[in-house]
Amino acid sequence: MGGLQIPMEHVLALAGLLFSCGLMGLMLRRNIIFMLMSLEVMLNAAALAFVAAGAYWGQADGQVIFLLILTVAAAEVAVGLGLVLQIQRRFKTLDMDQANRLQG
Amino acid sequence: MNLIPLIPFFPLASAALLLLTTGRMPRGIAAVLGAGSVGLSALCVALTAQQFLATGEIQQITLWTWMAIDGFTPGIAFYVDGLTVVMMSVITGVGFLIHLYSIEFMWEDESLCRYFTYMNLFVAAMLLLVMADNLLLLYLGWEGVGVCSYLLVGFWYRDPANGAAARKAFVVTRIGDTAMALGLFLLLAELGTLDIQPLMAQAANQWQAGDTLPIIAAALLLGGAVGKSAQLPLHTWLPDAMAGPTPVSALIHAATMVTAGVYLIARTYGLFLLAPPVLEAVAWIGLATLLLAAFTAMAQHDIKRILAYSTISQIGYMFLALGVGAFASGIFHLMTHAFFKALLFLAAGAVIHCLHHEHNIFRMGGLRSRLPVVFASFLIGSAALAALPFTSGFYSKDAILLSAWELEGIGPWLWAGGLLGALLTSIYSFRLVFIVFFGETQTEPDKQPGWKMAAPLLLLCVLSLIGGWFALPLAGVFPAGEGHGVNHTIEVISIGTPLLGLLIAYLLFLGRQVSISSLVESPTGARLKDFWFSGWRIDSLYDALWVRPYCAVAQWWQNEPVDKFYNAVVSLSQWAHRRLLVTQSGELRWYATTMVMALVLMLAFMLRNAP
Repeated sequence: MGGLQIPMEHVLALAGLLFSCGLMGLMLRRNIIFMLMSLEVMLNAAALAFVAAGAYWGQADGQVIFLLILTVAAAEVAVGLGLVLQIQRRFKTLDMDQANRLQG
Repeated sequence: MNLIPLIPFFPLASAALLLLTTGRMPRGIAAVLGAGSVGLSALCVALTAQQFLATGEIQQITLWTWMAIDGFTPGIAFYVDGLTVVMMSVITGVGFLIHLYSIEFMWEDESLCRYFTYMNLFVAAMLLLVMADNLLLLYLGWEGVGVCSYLLVGFWYRDPANGAAARKAFVVTRIGDTAMALGLFLLLAELGTLDIQPLMAQAANQWQAGDTLPIIAAALLLGGAVGKSAQLPLHTWLPDAMAGPTPVSALIHAATMVTAGVYLIARTYGLFLLAPPVLEAVAWIGLATLLLAAFTAMAQHDIKRILAYSTISQIGYMFLALGVGAFASGIFHLMTHAFFKALLFLAAGAVIHCLHHEHNIFRMGGLRSRLPVVFASFLIGSAALAALPFTSGFYSKDAILLSAWELEGIGPWLWAGGLLGALLTSIYSFRLVFIVFFGETQTEPDKQPGWKMAAPLLLLCVLSLIGGWFALPLAGVFPAGEGHGVNHTIEVISIGTPLLGLLIAYLLFLGRQVSISSLVESPTGARLKDFWFSGWRIDSLYDALWVRPYCAVAQWWQNEPVDKFYNAVVSLSQWAHRRLLVTQSGELRWYATTMVMALVLMLAFMLRNAP
């Protein structure tokens, strides 16, 4: 393996940092759009970890899973944005703390 | 044509007819049907009896097979021998007179149809009981009369007290019936048949006198007899059973049903002979009952309760007779008792009828000249009950006492007890006569008994007087006892005792030579009177021993203790549910946070446990 070597720990640390950012965003933001975006960040953090691991062991699996995650993320956004539109229409708000009508 | 199947058929058909018309039949027709069917039945019995007396031929008729289960085939079958003829004659003869009397007594009652339905059903069941060829059919009749007794004791059901009395009668007799059913099971299991005659023959073949099995079987049958015949310790239902109409008391609770136990023991005497200890127990039960009931009768105020206790006491004599092996004397006393006790009850009913349903003897008095027919009936009935010489009761009671005297060993003790009972009987019977019919008038009668009441009274008077001269065709039924040796001392004592009782009653209650009030008002006397009045406190004893504990347990069960556990499970689930409910807030961020927290915890746990 030639070229610039980025140590595995750095990549994983970045992935962990990104995941934590996404998680914090998910837990702290109220706006559904931001929550969805945080979710995307988390997905990408996980995907990054897969790619790094695939490169480390020289396996194609990591990249396959990355493609899968990309697809899932796209699908999720498609459905998620549709739901967001519905929520906006019904509740006239995107604040998820207001939209808790399912409460037992 | 054979008349035997018709005997129970007439009352049964009449009961069915009255039942199916559900009380819409005109009163006149219902009355004619009710009394007439028993009359027809009595006619058939008379013809059958005449035929039997002429030929002495025992008849056995199987109408059909009731059921057939693996070799056990009880039939609807009748067995008519001397004992059956006597019992049938008493049931239909006395029964017909009482039905006739009932027409007038119950005429004003709105439920006349219902009354005759039950009465006819009773007569049919009682006839089935005494005619049955096998013990299973006998048991059917046995339970049938129990049901009718229940229905008739609670006839005036609007008063809850009557319902309670009916329930008591039913439940207490049921205790005995359960014992009897167990006895039947035992006999069937051991001997393979319930047909009475083969059963007795087989028992005698298979068992020795004194074996354990016949003792158990006989004791169980005795349990049934004790319950039905109101003997110690199951006698408490009979005084309460007086809640029913008076003719019912006369027919069921004096003349016929309560003597079914005597009949049962007499019918299965072969089994009892194989169980000498049980036979001795029969005698002791009879003696204890007759004394206890006689003491109780002396302290009662209610005219019907006095007669009820006297019935218990007289059945005690019958048990005494059976116990000492004098089966024929027992049946003889059964018959004479049916005559004079039915007479006494009907006369008491007439008094009650004419005195606006007054039951307390201390509010009667001086009725001698106002109700002469009733007075004559009562006098004759009491004389027979007290066994004054040459009345029917004298002959039968004398025979019993003589048989008791002649028994080896315990005989003289039984005789002495029976004699004391005879003295007491005489005292309480004439106490009743003197208080009700002599002295000052307390209540004026507002009517006189009509012919339908007077005719049965007069006929029963005649029977009570001459009943002692009937020769019962029982020679072929029971083993011949050794002839009574003439013992003049014993006879003089037997004749003298009732007369002494009469004298005592006269001195105490009529002549007032001896003041009874000072005796009763002394502390001991008052306590004794209360003790006897309550029937030796046996009712309270049973209340404390069984009824109240049972009710307490029932009360406890009513609160469903088993459900307590399941209810606790339910409560716990509901509590946990309410606790968990708060986590379902519907807030997305909260869900996410909890998931993260759980993940962190799990991760921490896994890392800690990692090698």
